[in-house]
Amino acid sequence: MTTLLITGIILLLLAIIVLLSILNDSANALKSGEKGALDRKYTRIGQFLMVFNIGFLVYCFWSAYHYKNYMMGYGPHTAASEHGPSIDNLFNITLIVTGIIFVLTTFALFWFSYKYRHHEGRVASTLSHNTKLEIIWTAVPALVLTVLVVKGIVAWNNITADVDPQEQYLEIDVTGQQFLWNIRYPGKDGRLGAKDFRLIKPGVNELGQDWRDKHNIDDFMSDEIVIPKGQKVKFRIYAKDVLHSFFLPHFRVKMDAVPGLPTYFVVTPTTTTEEYRQRLSHYPEYQVPSDPEDPDSEPLWKAFNYELACAELCGIGHYSMRRVVRVVEPEEFEAWYNKQKSYYLENIRFTEDDPYKDELLPFEVEERKADFENRFNKAYNSVEEAGRIIELRHVNFKTGSAELTPLSRYELDFAAEAMQAHPEIKIEVGGHTDNVGNPENNQHLSEARANAVKTYLTKKGVAADRMAAVGYGQEKPIATNDSAEGRQKNRRTELKIIK
Amino acid sequence: MAEIKEVTYNPETIIDELGYDDHFHEHEHGGDKYQVGFISKYIFSTDHKIIAKQYLITGIFWAIIAAGMSVIFRLQLGFPEENMAWLKPLLGKWIVVNNDGIGTLAPEFYYALVTIHGTILVFFVLTAGLSGTFSNFLIPLQIGARDMASPFLNMLSYWFFFLAGLVMFLSLFLSTGPFSGGWVAYPPLSALPQAMDGSGTGMDLWLMSLVFFVVSVLLGGINYITTVLNLRTVGMTMLRLPLTVWSFLVTAIIGLLSFPVLVAGFFLLIFDRTLGTSFYLSDIFIGGEALNHTGGSPVLYQHLFWFLGHPEVYIIILPAMGIVSEVMSTHARKPIFGYKAMIVSIASIGFLSFLVWAHHMFVSGLNPFISNFFILFTLIIAIPSAIKVFNWLTTLYQGDLHLRVPMLFAIGFVSFFISGGLTGLFLGNAPIDIQAHDTYFVVGHFHIVMGVAAFFGMWAGVYHWFPKMYGRFMSETMGKIHFWVTLISAYMVFWPMQYLGIAGVPRRYYSFDSFQTFSLFDDMNKLITVFAIIAFFAQLIFVFNFFYSIFYGRKVTSKNPWKATTLEWSTDIHPGHGNWAGKLPTVHRWPYDYNLDNVAFKPQYLPAAEGEEVVH
Repeated sequence: MTTLLITGIILLLLAIIVLLSILNDSANALKSGEKGALDRKYTRIGQFLMVFNIGFLVYCFWSAYHYKNYMMGYGPHTAASEHGPSIDNLFNITLIVTGIIFVLTTFALFWFSYKYRHHEGRVASTLSHNTKLEIIWTAVPALVLTVLVVKGIVAWNNITADVDPQEQYLEIDVTGQQFLWNIRYPGKDGRLGAKDFRLIKPGVNELGQDWRDKHNIDDFMSDEIVIPKGQKVKFRIYAKDVLHSFFLPHFRVKMDAVPGLPTYFVVTPTTTTEEYRQRLSHYPEYQVPSDPEDPDSEPLWKAFNYELACAELCGIGHYSMRRVVRVVEPEEFEAWYNKQKSYYLENIRFTEDDPYKDELLPFEVEERKADFENRFNKAYNSVEEAGRIIELRHVNFKTGSAELTPLSRYELDFAAEAMQAHPEIKIEVGGHTDNVGNPENNQHLSEARANAVKTYLTKKGVAADRMAAVGYGQEKPIATNDSAEGRQKNRRTELKIIK
Repeated sequence: MAEIKEVTYNPETIIDELGYDDHFHEHEHGGDKYQVGFISKYIFSTDHKIIAKQYLITGIFWAIIAAGMSVIFRLQLGFPEENMAWLKPLLGKWIVVNNDGIGTLAPEFYYALVTIHGTILVFFVLTAGLSGTFSNFLIPLQIGARDMASPFLNMLSYWFFFLAGLVMFLSLFLSTGPFSGGWVAYPPLSALPQAMDGSGTGMDLWLMSLVFFVVSVLLGGINYITTVLNLRTVGMTMLRLPLTVWSFLVTAIIGLLSFPVLVAGFFLLIFDRTLGTSFYLSDIFIGGEALNHTGGSPVLYQHLFWFLGHPEVYIIILPAMGIVSEVMSTHARKPIFGYKAMIVSIASIGFLSFLVWAHHMFVSGLNPFISNFFILFTLIIAIPSAIKVFNWLTTLYQGDLHLRVPMLFAIGFVSFFISGGLTGLFLGNAPIDIQAHDTYFVVGHFHIVMGVAAFFGMWAGVYHWFPKMYGRFMSETMGKIHFWVTLISAYMVFWPMQYLGIAGVPRRYYSFDSFQTFSLFDDMNKLITVFAIIAFFAQLIFVFNFFYSIFYGRKVTSKNPWKATTLEWSTDIHPGHGNWAGKLPTVHRWPYDYNLDNVAFKPQYLPAAEGEEVVH
């Protein structure tokens, strides 16, 4: 109903304008013979043009002044990156140059339109060319443009220069997809692991990281970009599906993310998020509540965060591809960095997506070996008999069977080595089960498992007569059998050192 | 100053005496065999004047649709919280109404509106509607030709344009919506139906429509060039051509050289979409699967697209420049300043327009080294543009300006060209473009310099040549209202966008709420929307004025109401097929002899008086 009403009113208004116009035309037609009517008409239009002239220039200056605190290089919005000021400067120089030309030409345009309007008896000049003038207004713009071009090219080549392989820099992988950014950091090795789009598995391996590349093992993913102030950062920019564009407005960074064509942008942040907030806090437009609905919400400057946006149309969710960027002091970065956990080890290791699920990585072998040796030595030196038991934490069997899992071999190898290092000892291999199922079967199973361990160790060169395999069935639980967790503890293989 | 002699000429007698007899009318026995009946006269007409009007009216139709689209998406940007349920009868399922009865515009349709708005305006309105209308109408009339070199190709050109429009129009009604990946249609978004609903059938129709469109442009262009080069009347040397014809000629040459590249780009895209090739596609994982494409590059498409795309903006602006030069000189009663400099500028803009395309691609993944050249050439193009502006200003200087409606629009054109052209110096300089690329700064820039400016040039032309087209004048009062409202509201719409852009607000955002940085400008967005709506209604006044004046406008009583010098004003008030009733006029001077020897104006067909030395 309101729609209908508004449409009606607008149509009525248009109809009135049209009717009045037609009447006005007829009135003018009657007046046209009148002396001076045309002069008066052109004078009025000329005056309008002059009013517009002044009004327009005032509007331009007033609006520029009004919005200056939101513009790059002005108010709080000086660039937060090392290369940013060169862009802001070039912007300013261009603004001044074009501003002068704009005011002069715009003013001249409307002023001439007013001044040289027709009136009775006026005669136009026949001026049709003036070589000197034409040379001047070709040469002057050419000179000004030369300055802009040179400044532009110098700034551009500095900004787009790649990192020097010698220098120290932080590399971050940002990969756009419909409709979010994936952010990946290299781990301690400082290098991002290889990836291939054919390996992508949604929810598991979003980037298609190749886990066989050792550089991937310590890479970690982050929900926000955290970078240390003053550190050169090379963003390696990728896209999974369509074009995206990596846009950090406060840092004057923008680069398209192109499927099949990796791009990069090198940037050194110079202002921490906190420092930027402090800068904003001095401006009244940032002292308002951050949530306009809630007057008690924290002020805008306090809620401020650097933002990463997408600047290339990528589909219907294009406008929502936001990530927070945090610039922090180097110490804070160090602390944050050290807290991050490897994506591979946390989410992929030993799952079916792990190409190494049946073997240990060198550092894991080291860790487990140290752990085993530690416990072995403790047991070896123990005076009490109960202390001479070593649990084989990583020896496992397939469910309901006495077949060792592939990963069991590492700990058994350590055990074999320890036996060889201490030829004077003998051991008892003890098999234990939980209480699920038939006790008699459990007894058989535990015996079979103890024997399997003994057989393996024999193969590894430990004399069979130094070992006894004993099955304890479900008789010696070390934890409750009422919980899955407890039952898992009870299913175990132990070595007991007999001197 | 000396008294100026007001004179009236009788072209009929002069042409009868001095004209060139091509025996045109001797072949007509019992009327015009090419124009029998309504259909061959008004629909499948081969008369360039009718075809021009067909282009113009089709252009107006599309302009209204595109402007209406912009009002809808501006409502979304300016008043995202408002209830849009009232648009449901028009937009149907694209208005999503929730349980409380509050309707919102679906984001996929927002993107479709933005995309089709751009496509229609750039191609259908400002290319076909502008250069199609005026090249067709003015080239034969101003060079003294009976018609185009090939009237049949000319007709075909319009009907391919019509077909292109028809296909595009149908695509608006698809259940998956029209194409919605931006008017530049960058792959992979435009290549993969799974990337966006509009990239399915909508994109098929979009591509089909634009291929038809390119056929139309090429048929038209080759005709314009041939006509200008071969059918000039006796005495019409190249340096006596009105600047309109020069600009149409260069426009047609640019179009002929650049549109085929676009269409090649489109065909490769079609191959990628349908034949499984990988010109633009590589390393893509979408919709849960890795696609079997490797080795292509989306950047290749951008090269092909912008190889047309940048010349395209000159295809749009050059005819407007020509029209404005002509209109300004006529209504200022003064020769255009620097005629030869204008021609050199038009030609050098045309040439340079082929060397700047990659300034649209500074941050596309292009090798940064290459950008150096494109910065250089892009800023160089400002020199001929500056020369043109200074020439227009000097044309006004010491003129005798008749501030009629076409003149007002010509002045408005120069203002917009200055304002929008200068912001090009920011965008053309790659370091600033890092920040400004794909923000509202770009939107503000190109809408002012090639959107509004080109429209103002077009309106200057429509108001100026309407009497020649229809034998009646358009309403002056409505014309002035149209001028002032459009001038002010266009600046109120597009000027603030430049501040948005400098603040970093990206274009093509359905909503700014996800980002703190971009959500600080609600008031400005409201203001822009309000003025966009006002500007839209002002255009309805123009449209009414146009159609009303065709039937009821004040009648033209003399052949040359503006006292202009060019040849079209020597024809009958309602020129028939073949333009001149008898012989063809011959040309004896350039088109800007105003105030020469104290005579108000000397038309081109006027022979040199005794003792007069013709300089041009």
